[in-house]
Amino acid sequence: METVSRKTITVDVNGEQYEREVDVRRLLIHFIRDDLDLTGSHIGCDTGNCGACSVLVDGVLVKSCMMLAVQAEGAKIETVEGLAAEGELNDLQQAFSDHHALQCGYCTPGMLMSATALLRENKTPSEDEIRKSIQGNICRCTGYVNIVEAIQAVSR
Amino acid sequence: MTETTVTPERALVVEEGDVKPGFIGQSVPRKEDKRLVQGEGVFFDDVKRHEMGYVHFVRSPYAHARIKSVDVSKAHELDGVYGTLTGDEVAILTDPFFELSTAPGANIKDYALAVGRVRHVGDPVAAVVARTRELARDAAELVEVEYEPLPHVLDGEESLKDEVVLHEEAGSNTVWSGVFDWGDFDAALADADHVVRIERLHFDRFSSTPLECSGCLVEYNRGTAQWTIHGNHQMPGVGAIWMAPALRVGIDKLRFVSQDIGGGFGNKITLHPQYTACCLLARKLNRPVQWTEWRTDQHTANTHGNERTFLDVTVPVKADGTMLGFSVRAIDDCGAFPRYEPLGCIIWAQVTPGCYRWRNIRVDFTQVCTNKSPVAPNRGYSRMQHLWLTERIVDIVAGELGLDPIEVRKKNYVKHEEFPYETPNGCIYDSGDYARCLDIALDLIGYDSLEEKRRDAESRGKLLGIGIGSTLDSGTNNFGQSMILNPELQFSGNNEVATVKLDIFGEVVVTLGTVPQGQGHETTASQVVADILGCTPDQVNVRAGHDTYWNSTAGFSGTYASQFAVTGLGAVKGATEKLAGEMKQLAAAVFGCSPDDIELVESQARIKGNPEAALPFMALGAILNANNAGLPPELDVTLNVRHVYRPPFEKPDLERKYGNLTLTYATQIHACALEIDPETGVYEIVDYAAVDDCGNRIHPQIVEGQVHGATAQALGAATHEIFTYDEEGNLLTPNFYDYHVPHALDMPPLKTGFIESESPFTPLGAKGMGEGGGAGIHAVCAALQNALGRRGEGPIVWRSCNPYEGVWDLVQKPEQTRKLVSVESR
Repeated sequence: METVSRKTITVDVNGEQYEREVDVRRLLIHFIRDDLDLTGSHIGCDTGNCGACSVLVDGVLVKSCMMLAVQAEGAKIETVEGLAAEGELNDLQQAFSDHHALQCGYCTPGMLMSATALLRENKTPSEDEIRKSIQGNICRCTGYVNIVEAIQAVSR
Repeated sequence: MTETTVTPERALVVEEGDVKPGFIGQSVPRKEDKRLVQGEGVFFDDVKRHEMGYVHFVRSPYAHARIKSVDVSKAHELDGVYGTLTGDEVAILTDPFFELSTAPGANIKDYALAVGRVRHVGDPVAAVVARTRELARDAAELVEVEYEPLPHVLDGEESLKDEVVLHEEAGSNTVWSGVFDWGDFDAALADADHVVRIERLHFDRFSSTPLECSGCLVEYNRGTAQWTIHGNHQMPGVGAIWMAPALRVGIDKLRFVSQDIGGGFGNKITLHPQYTACCLLARKLNRPVQWTEWRTDQHTANTHGNERTFLDVTVPVKADGTMLGFSVRAIDDCGAFPRYEPLGCIIWAQVTPGCYRWRNIRVDFTQVCTNKSPVAPNRGYSRMQHLWLTERIVDIVAGELGLDPIEVRKKNYVKHEEFPYETPNGCIYDSGDYARCLDIALDLIGYDSLEEKRRDAESRGKLLGIGIGSTLDSGTNNFGQSMILNPELQFSGNNEVATVKLDIFGEVVVTLGTVPQGQGHETTASQVVADILGCTPDQVNVRAGHDTYWNSTAGFSGTYASQFAVTGLGAVKGATEKLAGEMKQLAAAVFGCSPDDIELVESQARIKGNPEAALPFMALGAILNANNAGLPPELDVTLNVRHVYRPPFEKPDLERKYGNLTLTYATQIHACALEIDPETGVYEIVDYAAVDDCGNRIHPQIVEGQVHGATAQALGAATHEIFTYDEEGNLLTPNFYDYHVPHALDMPPLKTGFIESESPFTPLGAKGMGEGGGAGIHAVCAALQNALGRRGEGPIVWRSCNPYEGVWDLVQKPEQTRKLVSVESR
């Protein structure tokens, strides 16, 4: 078997600079969770369907299990850990709590990142636009009812 | 969007505008949320240890094969591989897990890894541990296994023939079989004006597929020979009962720890084989080992819900539509290993007559193994399959005899004034008002304008159907029901534990024996504590998650079977009342008065009528814990109490298979309106209402959230979630590409309603809820039947999962299913 090649990458995650040597085959989600110990982003499938690992890479919503860590070289990454400022929940996070938009909380980080991406593009999405924006995020607890309500609540 | 309605009219139902004192009944902010919305939860996969190794299982590509050899040498040669484990080692180091069944099932030998033979695709044969996940996977591919394929059997009825036998030691594929016969079915048959016969109904395989897969991080302490399992087992009390004897250790050597769990739904109850393998590896390698199941592994080799075929359903009916009961032959397919089974062979009996006043019921029940994934409890476990049967019976009988499915339900429902109601097999339905819930559901979907809606749909070339799903979410098991299956088992009753203490700085600290997976236990426990101690939920610190070493666990500790509001909160209430008593004793000793003179209000213990004579919680905690000189020697308080809640159960009558099997019966009545395009079979749910009655609601928002979730899972199962296999026994839906769970765009608008019928049997008048009994499956099947069928004509909806192509078949070839039903009228 060939020796696995490694590469040093530099990324900005939530405003912090990180430089790490990684296996070139390492998935971005494993890099974020295991190498950087930012465990807020989750893994729920092997196939890019569930969206629990959703993060923003240079402002673009990405399922981080569908991207290699080395592809993120030089990128600015935003994860759920960057949403709250100094422990104060942002409006979207607060709305998720107020509307009971989470139960087990496993899909929540990915949902929040998808909703963040939506609301940056469209401050007043319709219910249908909200549902479309989170259709790549699976939730097995809520039936999406309260998630949609929470996102609507912060739409202006 | 959601609309909530409550328009109660009768006694035992909360009045609109009622204000309940205290925090119980209020939707207070969830304590869990702050960490979870910041990504600061701790799920098992977030736990790391220095130099830990990653586990990858080598799995069978065959449905059934003899293992001729397992060679791990090439895997060991790979740099970064720490070690391996094989079935042969497991057979030496452990005993088989104990089986719950009588023979033949009792003779099945189930180990942590396959020993000698694989019995389903995905059956683990060996395990590899390496420095990284990727290396472990590489190394697993280097393990060479030589198989000799054997014939396999994938169908429950086929399996009964024993032409292929999975477990040689058992000598038969039958795990358990028995006949349940209550009332006098033959007399009912003789008394009937019509007898409706249904040849076959089939409840399909699916599972709730929690988004977080299973897994654990296991540490072994060589000095104390004790394992710590950071995992997501949702019933560790019973998990330890399985694992400790297999590992040949005392039960206290197994410490289960979990904080946050990403959904369970019953699918995380039978993790003992994988956990045992990890325990062996941690000990063998003297290194923490971490196993995270892959999604594909969860679908192929963890757990599915029970698949059940109902044959020869016979229903005696009176001319006025009164049904007298039914008889059925049920074949339950539990896959390759029973594990939690055969409990599913009795659990359905908690709801034997469903919501109905049926007194004569005969069930011939057989459970068999097949070369498919094992099953485990899945939200609505075993009752869901049975309730689907009762609801199919009602709709098919109504359709065949030209009765209104709404009216026939109301005629046959247990009546509000009949509660507590004893079923033919001795279960006590505690409270409820099914007809009222049905009326609310019908109002929510605008049933009054049904004909108008039907005409409108027809004008667009669509067929409109309305269907009802009536279910009971029986909660708080009497484990004595297991003795009906196997009189040798020493399980009965139930229990749950909580501890509550007042700490040195006045902090109220609660530990639970339960293992929450999103149900908000920290929040609801704090509401109960706050009301009793006269403080606020914010002042109550409920430790997150579960830890066996907190001393707040008992044999049945866990989160399963719709019981937290009864057992978990019953334990919290008991412990808090004890603590309140001690706080009053201590304050009385300080003030030199009687404990009866003390009240707990505003986070103080004070003399009634004299608010100036007050000790804040902090003073009480400090006095007892750190400043106790001078306290009277006879003062026997610790401010740290433990309570075990034990529901009032008797052992069942094993001869008659009779007794109260669960304490509470929450109700769900769902109404579904859908439109079918007969040209394609595509259908859309256009209106949907779920009405729930779980007695006193501790936290209405959490209750409603559970209703939403249970409904979504049921609608997924009704429309597209199904585990299907090819002829070779390969699962065709092994991931979320092929196994489509509802996404946000798939969900119809949901309307919810509720009533509150207080349970007379529980500490807080609450009932366990959350599983939902699969009401959505029943409602969709009923609505499809309603749209497609006309009296004595049209197809019969005979399967629980009806994807569009299946509906197209029903439309195109009605005669194929029509022949499943016959009516004998006298």
